[in-house]
Amino acid sequence: MSFVTVTDVFQSYGSRPIIERVNVSVDEGEFISIVGASGCGKSTFLRLLLAQERPTRGEVRVADATPAKEPGLDRGVVFQRYSVFPHMTVRENVVAGESLRRGWGRFFGADLKAARGRADETLTRCGLDHVADQYPATLSGGMQQRLAIGQALAAKPRILLLDEPFGALDPGTRLAMHDFLLDLRAETGMTVFMVTHDLEEAFKLGDRVLVFDKPRWDPQDPCLNGATITYDFDARDGGIPFQTLKEDTHVLHENG
Amino acid sequence: MRLINIKPNRPLAVFLTLLPFALVFIAYAVGSDIRLAANPSDKLLPAPSTIWDTAVRLTTEGDRRSGRILFWYDTWASLKRLGLGIGISASVGLLIGLMIGLLPLVRSFLAQFVAVLSMIPPLALLPILFIVFGLGELSKVVLIVIGTLPFIIRDLSQRTLEVPQELLVKAQTLGASSWVITLRVALPQVMPRLIQAVRLSLGPAWLFLIAAEAIAADLGLGYRIFLVRRYLAMDVILTYVIWITILAFVMDWALRRLSRWMFPWAEEGL
Repeated sequence: MSFVTVTDVFQSYGSRPIIERVNVSVDEGEFISIVGASGCGKSTFLRLLLAQERPTRGEVRVADATPAKEPGLDRGVVFQRYSVFPHMTVRENVVAGESLRRGWGRFFGADLKAARGRADETLTRCGLDHVADQYPATLSGGMQQRLAIGQALAAKPRILLLDEPFGALDPGTRLAMHDFLLDLRAETGMTVFMVTHDLEEAFKLGDRVLVFDKPRWDPQDPCLNGATITYDFDARDGGIPFQTLKEDTHVLHENG
Repeated sequence: MRLINIKPNRPLAVFLTLLPFALVFIAYAVGSDIRLAANPSDKLLPAPSTIWDTAVRLTTEGDRRSGRILFWYDTWASLKRLGLGIGISASVGLLIGLMIGLLPLVRSFLAQFVAVLSMIPPLALLPILFIVFGLGELSKVVLIVIGTLPFIIRDLSQRTLEVPQELLVKAQTLGASSWVITLRVALPQVMPRLIQAVRLSLGPAWLFLIAAEAIAADLGLGYRIFLVRRYLAMDVILTYVIWITILAFVMDWALRRLSRWMFPWAEEGL
């Protein structure tokens, strides 16, 4: 049974359609990469999944609940920028992942101590334990994004939404972040949606790759039509689905 | 080398900083000297030494009638009015600014109203304040509040709106209520801005304070200046003006230090 169900979703800003007729269903634990040219509604789609916006038509359901009206605890998010709170130290940022849902937004006494302990574990996991008392502004881009992911996971969401999380990182850091993300995912088994511009990254990390594009293009009025999902690739096994190579061929060997 | 790329080294920078102060002082001393040479009893530009003597006399000798050193009583009376006025403005401004910035309902309700209110020249309301609140402390404090509050509200609501949307969404995904978002996300982010807004409001606040004191008071820095104006006591006036300048500068400096100390994460040069 599908976990996230997107049914016939249209979204337009004013008279300008952004995405139209989007239908997709995703199983729990799948890693979905979303690719497409700029301005093709990838981020809009992510905002709809996040319930930051509500679709003009259609609905997004998670686990058959009524469509959410505003962002909530079940969906975590990591943006490309501004994903961590600049006025909290690195440790406080992770603690905030658990404490913001409380009445005063913070822990007191023994709870605080326990939460700090858990935060330190998360930070060790993210390789940030040596900067726990610094402010995020002193961290590099990769460290900030690791912190943002750690903070989002501290809230234990069922779905993690990533909006070009590694877009501003250098290639080396990016590879390290891929391993980090794959490890975390194997551990938690969350459903992940990731918007990216990097096709290689999309196929490497994703179980499925959704391609957003405009199926119709009016040269006189390029804004007339919205984008939709034009391809839905199965990206498991290096993008070669439904084939299990049993014979010993000379193609597609590991390290070959 | 281009002019924009020439940077002064440390000694030159200090010299350049001090230069305008020295130039003003020299210009005044020369002007005063010329006038005093022509007429030794000239009151318009007293010699710097006379001002110094007056300053020492004002700050150490008591009033002949009451024995109180009026200089310090004036200072205390004025600072009390100023602190009260700015304090009320800052706290009310913070509250309303946050609400306008965060809550679309309050924004629709109040934003335009505050924008219109801020266009009223506060000094034009001064007679009304004197009529309504009497000539006591209240009307002076209210004038400072009316003069600085709309600016602080508008500045803080704008700053609250500038808190990145991503942070507000992120807080929601971590389960924060509107109250927690206000308390843990928006408030800490606008606090440095509040201090900055207060620093910018200090100038107008002094203006309104002195205007109110000039018209009706029996104690206060502005009152004293306008009182001794009748005797053309330039040495007293200049002493008070220099003192007000020093006070204002120290407040500004202290607020800047406070902001740097309390909000080390806000690294932009306040």
